[in-house]
Formats: sequence, structure tokens, C-alpha cells
Amino acid sequence: MFTPYISLENTVNIMNNLTQTSSENTRTLSTFDMVQKSLPKRRAAEQRFRLFGLMSILLGLIVLLVLFADITRKGYTAFLQTQVRLDIYFDPAVLNPNNSPLDRSSLGKADYNALIKGALSATFPDVQIRREKNELNAVMSSGAAYELQARVLDDPGLIGKTQSLWLPASDDVDMFMKGNIDRNVEESGRRINNRQLGWLDYLTADNRIAKHFNKTFFTAGDSREPELAGIYGAITGSVLTLVGTFFLSFPIGIATALYLEEFAPVNKWTDLIEVNINNLAAVPSIVFGLLGLAMFINFFGLPRSTPVVGCLVLTLMTLPTIIIAARAALKSVPPSIREAALGMGASKLQTIFHHVLPLAMPGMLTGAIIGMSRALGETAPLLMIGMVAFIIDIPKNFIEPATVLPVQIFLWADSPERAFVERTSAAILVLLVFLISMNGLAVYLRKRYERRW
Amino acid sequence: MSPSVLLLTLLALSFAGYQTGKRRSLKIAGGKISELHSLPSFYGLYASLWCLIPPLFIVVVWLSLESSWLANSVISGLPENLKVQSNSDRYVTLNDIKNVVSGTTLGTQTDPAILNAAEHYRDLQQISRGLLSVIAIALALAGIYFSSRRINKNHRARNAVERVMTGAMVLCSTIAIFTTIGIVSSVLFEAIQFFKSVPVTDFLFGLDWSPQTAMRADQVGSSGAFGAVPLFTGTLLVSLIAMIVAVPVGLMSAIYLSEFASPGFRAAAKPALEILAGIPTVVYGFFAALTVAPFVRDLGQQFGLTVSSESALAAGLVMGVMIIPFVSSLSDDVMNAVPQALRDGAYALGATQAETIRQVIFPAALPGIVGSILLAVSRAIGETMILVMAAGLAANLTFNPFEAVTTVTVQIVTLLVGDQEFDSPKTLAAFALGLVLFIVTLILNVYALHIVRKYREHYE
Repeated sequence: MFTPYISLENTVNIMNNLTQTSSENTRTLSTFDMVQKSLPKRRAAEQRFRLFGLMSILLGLIVLLVLFADITRKGYTAFLQTQVRLDIYFDPAVLNPNNSPLDRSSLGKADYNALIKGALSATFPDVQIRREKNELNAVMSSGAAYELQARVLDDPGLIGKTQSLWLPASDDVDMFMKGNIDRNVEESGRRINNRQLGWLDYLTADNRIAKHFNKTFFTAGDSREPELAGIYGAITGSVLTLVGTFFLSFPIGIATALYLEEFAPVNKWTDLIEVNINNLAAVPSIVFGLLGLAMFINFFGLPRSTPVVGCLVLTLMTLPTIIIAARAALKSVPPSIREAALGMGASKLQTIFHHVLPLAMPGMLTGAIIGMSRALGETAPLLMIGMVAFIIDIPKNFIEPATVLPVQIFLWADSPERAFVERTSAAILVLLVFLISMNGLAVYLRKRYERRW
Repeated sequence: MSPSVLLLTLLALSFAGYQTGKRRSLKIAGGKISELHSLPSFYGLYASLWCLIPPLFIVVVWLSLESSWLANSVISGLPENLKVQSNSDRYVTLNDIKNVVSGTTLGTQTDPAILNAAEHYRDLQQISRGLLSVIAIALALAGIYFSSRRINKNHRARNAVERVMTGAMVLCSTIAIFTTIGIVSSVLFEAIQFFKSVPVTDFLFGLDWSPQTAMRADQVGSSGAFGAVPLFTGTLLVSLIAMIVAVPVGLMSAIYLSEFASPGFRAAAKPALEILAGIPTVVYGFFAALTVAPFVRDLGQQFGLTVSSESALAAGLVMGVMIIPFVSSLSDDVMNAVPQALRDGAYALGATQAETIRQVIFPAALPGIVGSILLAVSRAIGETMILVMAAGLAANLTFNPFEAVTTVTVQIVTLLVGDQEFDSPKTLAAFALGLVLFIVTLILNVYALHIVRKYREHYE
């Protein structure tokens, strides 16, 4: 209560001084006139101040908009993928050269690339020189062969037939079709040369090239080839990690909040716990990563790069958030509820578990969801525990190497290929959709179950 | 039996225990529940806890000791040529064996000794797991038997169950303390190891940072330099730029929201601003590296400035935007806590709203605002991903915001990501940096929280 009085006194003093000095100089001006005279200036200052406030809020919001717009503009094209329609002849001489009975292992090893090369040279019969042939084959993605393999393994009856199929083009062609490679640039300066340009124009005129929904992006794991890379592996890793984190941190967080709010005596020990929790909430996340590396991996020998370590680290990181929210929720339950239950003969624990906890649950869940959404976006501590490894396989359990969505974004952002930029942005869009729906759920829960006592 | 199956079995057994306990208490009561000391469900819980806790304890202890025991017995069973090794080789060999066991090598491992050892490892593990399952299930059954024997009309099952639950809550609340201890010890021990090879003074006051270690002893430039001053200045520079953005914008937003804005505008703008804090830092990093940094570079070129493509300015600006909501929401709370009487007093003296804010509310809220700014600074110092992606790796000792700088957090990441030997000074340096980071943020946090709390008590 000290400072404000000082400043008020100052103001009054200044005004008094002003009145005195000016009344000495110009006897005719009264205090009232002076205030009148200063009013326009003060009003302008008021307006300016208001404007600055409004402008800074708008600045924040504009940056937010620019960020979203920029990411969307860069990323939305990744949801479509350029594909080329080829008439593939499933040549028995290639797939089954020895005419042996069909079995999966020999069919799996066949040279599916030869089928694509065959289809390409059937479309462009005048390409004969070896180097040009290589350039022609570079139009297609190496994933096209895998797709043919999958089709044949699915249905060996295809062998000997001809089918017109849409197959993925390479990332350079994809970039060209999406307008990211300019055909007016000098030939040496772009990744598509003039010959390839001619073929692509022919394919376009023949309706053999088009952009289709990019299913690979949602169903594949990571890959070095942009057109084959997907976020399914990273999403699976994220889901595993988050589920584990939730089931560890939510019960522990609630138990801690209950103890501190309902049971703990006021003493040094409780104080120490509280100081610790408040502090941990502000410790940089990367320090938790160091803890995970030194403790869980090197000391306890848990496997590197796995969701289980990720869960533990993120649990420790989100616990303070959850505890603080859960305590606020418990505080908002009025004491009369507790008193009524105790008066009816319930034990302390019965009171809490049957009456207080259910009433505080929506608030606790809201806090937990916000904590989870922070955990979902967290990257730095997971880099420390090795979840940055290049992992193609989809993780199936908690002890298989995995990566998570934000780390996948970080990895792709580091990749030099132009096509990874749009994929990174698209992955960010997916991440933001998850985050927004989680926060939306939290807001909904708060609105739906908020009770005023 | 794998641990997860064992766990499920134990859970099923404890459910059976619950039913047994409940049924037995009902039988004893003979239809008159009021004669029992506790409700039947508490007898059930009592039995299920007896059935669950002792075996779980054994399982946890067993599994935590198992891996080191397995490693020791497998290593001692290796042929002589693989046995005499340094610590790190031992680690590599063990890893090979484990990979064969888990089947991740896909038959590329051909060394017969390793394959034999893997076989040995698998056998031992099987024996150990089998033994564990037998012991745990026996304990669980014994728990059910023992507890249902003890159930009678006067048995205080509720008190026993409640004691266990309170104990569990106390245990949970100590996790916060153990986390802090864990952080301090893990960072401190490695840092002490590091300071054995690099003196503390060299680390804290050295001007040269190039953390490579020699592959061979006679290599040129074999000794890495671990002077962390360029990292500290880099961190300070970026944080300073961020605060120059965040403090005025955040404060003015908070003032507008808490004093001028209509309730409707406030209800819409506040959550919208807080979205800024909810966006993952990796997204900001991408935005900074691909959009802001080129923009800043081009803008600099227009004014004839040479701006590095990974400038401290771009990273700092984006980080400042990220921190705006931290400053604004905390200062908003603080200014709302200033008593209405002070505002009314100022208005009564004829002050305008802006004058009231500048000369009455702001000074009154200053301690709290300082606290919130300090918390934001600690946030800026610990921020990692934006800088990893946008600030670069070059350890320049400079205060020029147009140059690339590196920070403490960036170096921690670069030193620790990828494969590393755990006892080289290069890796340990990351922990020394982590120690510095932890201490600095700890001091900032404790001080800021202290100020904010004291301020709050002041007006309550």
C-alpha cells in the first residue's frame, strides 16, 4: 500500500506546483482555466495510450494469423500427390521367369521396376539412349514398384494381364506439377531438364498425369524419399507416448493434489513440496530431457528412443501443470459439501472420493487435457532421449523405437529436399488440428460442467 | 510369462481377491451388514490390496535388478578375447547381444560368440522371468488366503484400506521432490566428471567454444575448447531481443485487456492471444527458419546490411512473439489484483484512465509485473527448438543481432543428439551446460515466484 500513495502525492504536488508557478507568471489564469487548457493534450495522450494497447493486441493476433496463413499456404499442397497413369503389363517373364509354382517369397523378390520401365518405354518408344532412359525412369517414384509388388502379392492372378494404374511420380515431378519448379529457369538451375519437361507436357496432354489425394502421407512411416514419407508412424508414436503419459500423470497428479489440498498439515515438508512443484513448472523442458537421458537410459538401462522413456520424461514434465490445475479444481468445491458428507458419518476418504472428487473432476480433466496438449507439442526433451532416430517401421508397443509428430516435423524441416517443406508444413497442420481439438475439448468441458456455487 | 501378461494376471487375481473378501465378509455378517465394522466393499479392497501390493513390489525390484545381473553373467560367460575390454566396448558388445535377442539385427550379426551369448542371455532371461512369475503369483494367492483369514466382524478393514490410500497419496506427492533431486543429481554428477577434465574457470570464463574431441592422439587441434562465454552471450542476446518484443507488447496488451477492453472483446481476445503460447515451439522454429529469417535477411539487404541467414534477430523476434502471452496473462492477473479503491481514488482526483494506469496502477502492480517478466526471461533462456532451427551453431562471441549466434540449449541438443560415448568430455559438457541452465533458471524462478507471492499477500 506504499507505492501508490507516493505516486498520488507526486501527482498532486506537481499539479500544485504548476498552479503556483503559472499563477505567478500570468495572474489572469485560474486553476480551472489551466485544467481546461491541458485537457486536449491529456485527451490525446489518453487516446494514444489506448491505441498502443489495442495495437499490441492486434500485433499479436496478426502474427498468429500470418503464422497460420504461411503454414497453410506452404502445406496444403502436400495433401495431393502427383500420379502418372501407366499401362502396366504384368509380364510373366519378369515376375515368374522360371514358370515355377507361385509363392510369396519369389513373387516378392521379382523386379517390379522392370514393369514400370517397360510401361514407360511403351509410352515413349523413341527414347533409346541409355542416359535418356534413366532420365525417363526418374520421372517415377521408387515407391511405384512397391505398389505393384503389393498388388501382385494381393492378387497373383494379375500376372499376364495389362492394367492402367495411377502410380506415384517422383518428388521432383511432384514439385514441378505443383508449380514449385519454374520452367523458365535455365535448365542447369532446375531439377527437371528439358527432355523431362517435354515428356511431362506429353503426359499432361494425354491426361496421364494428375494430382490425387495423398494417401501415403497418412498411412506410411518416415522415408528418405519425400513422396513416400508419411506421418502415420509419428502419429502412432505420439499416441503411444501420450496415452502412457496420461495414465501415469493423471492418477499421480490427482493423488498429489488431493494430499496437498485435503490432508497435508501445514509444515515445512508440505511447503517444500509446494515450492518444488511451482519450480518444476518453470524448469526448461530440455532439463527434463537431460534427466531422462542420465536417469532412465543410462542409470536404469531403459531402451533408448522408445515411447516408454518418452512417457516417463513427459510425465515428470506435465505433472506440475496437472497438480496445479487439480488443486484449483479442488479449491473450488465449497466446504459445505465436505461438511455435509462428514456430518452424515462418511469417513474423510469417503467424503473425498464420493463427493469432492466427482465435483472437481471436470476441472481436473481440463487441466489434464491442457497438460497433454503441451506434452503433444514437446520436442526438446524427446531429442535428448533419442526419439530422433530415423524410424521407418510403425511402432507397435512401448518398447519399440519410435518418434513423435513434433520430432518428425523437426527432422523433415532439416531435410534438404524441396518436397519436404510442404510435407513439414502439412505435418504441422495435422499437429495443430490435434492441438486445437484437444484445447477445444478442454474449453467445452469447462463450459459444460462449470458450476457456480 | 512376459511382464505385461504377469501384470494382467496379478490384476485379475486382485479382482478375484476383492470378490473373495467381499463375499467372506457378507457370509460372516449373515445378512446383517450393520454388524460389520466396515462396509463389505472395504473387506474386498482389503483383500485385493494384500493380493496386489506385495507381488507388485517384488516384480518391480526383480525387474530393476534383472538387467544388470543378466549383463554380468552373460559377459562373464564370454570367450576370453571378448572379455578383456574397456567399459565402452563392454557396452557395445552387450548392445550387440541385446539386439540379437530382440531380433532387430535381422541375421546380420554373425559372430558365433555373440550369437552364443545371446542364446545364453535368452535362456537366463527365460529362467528369471519364469521364477518371477511363480513367486509373484504364489505371493498373490498367499495374500488372498491370509487376508480372508483375518476378516471378522470387528476387523477394521476401512481403516487399513484408508491408511494404504493415504500412504499412496503421500508417496505421489513426494515425486515432485524426487524429480528435483533426480535433475540435480543427474546433471551434477556428469558435470563434476566434466570438470575433472576441464577446469571450472576455463569453462565459465573461456572465450572459445569448439567442442570436438580427438579421434587419434596426434590429431591436429585434438583438444577441444570448452569456453562457454560465447554461448552465454548468445543466449543473452537472443533473450534480450525476445524481451524487447515481448515486454512492451505483452504489457500493453495486458493493460488494454484489464482496463480498457469491453467484456466481450476481452473474452475473445484473451484466449486468442493465449493460442500463441499453445503453439508448439517446433512450429515457431520452422516459421522462424523458413519465413522470418529470409524476410529479415532481405529487409537487411535493402538497407545495405549483411544479415546472416541464421540471425539472432529472426530467432529472437519469433521467440518474443511466443512469450507475449506469458507476460500479458501474468501481468493481467497482477493488475486485476490492484484494489479498486486505488483506481477510484485516482479518478476522484480527476486523473484520466491512462493517467491512473500509468501513475497509480502500474507502480502498484510493479513488483508483480517484474515477477512475471522474470518468469518470461527464464522461459526465454530455456527455450530450445526455435533456436535449434533458426539460430545456428556457430559460437560467435558477438552482440551483433544480424550474425548467427548459438545458445546454451542449442549446444546441449547438438552435443547429445546422435550416437555418443557417454564418458567423453564432449557429452559431459552438455551436462555442465545443463547445470548452468538449471541453476540460472532456478534462481530466476525462485526469485520471481517469491516476488509474485509476496505481492499477492500484500493486497489480500
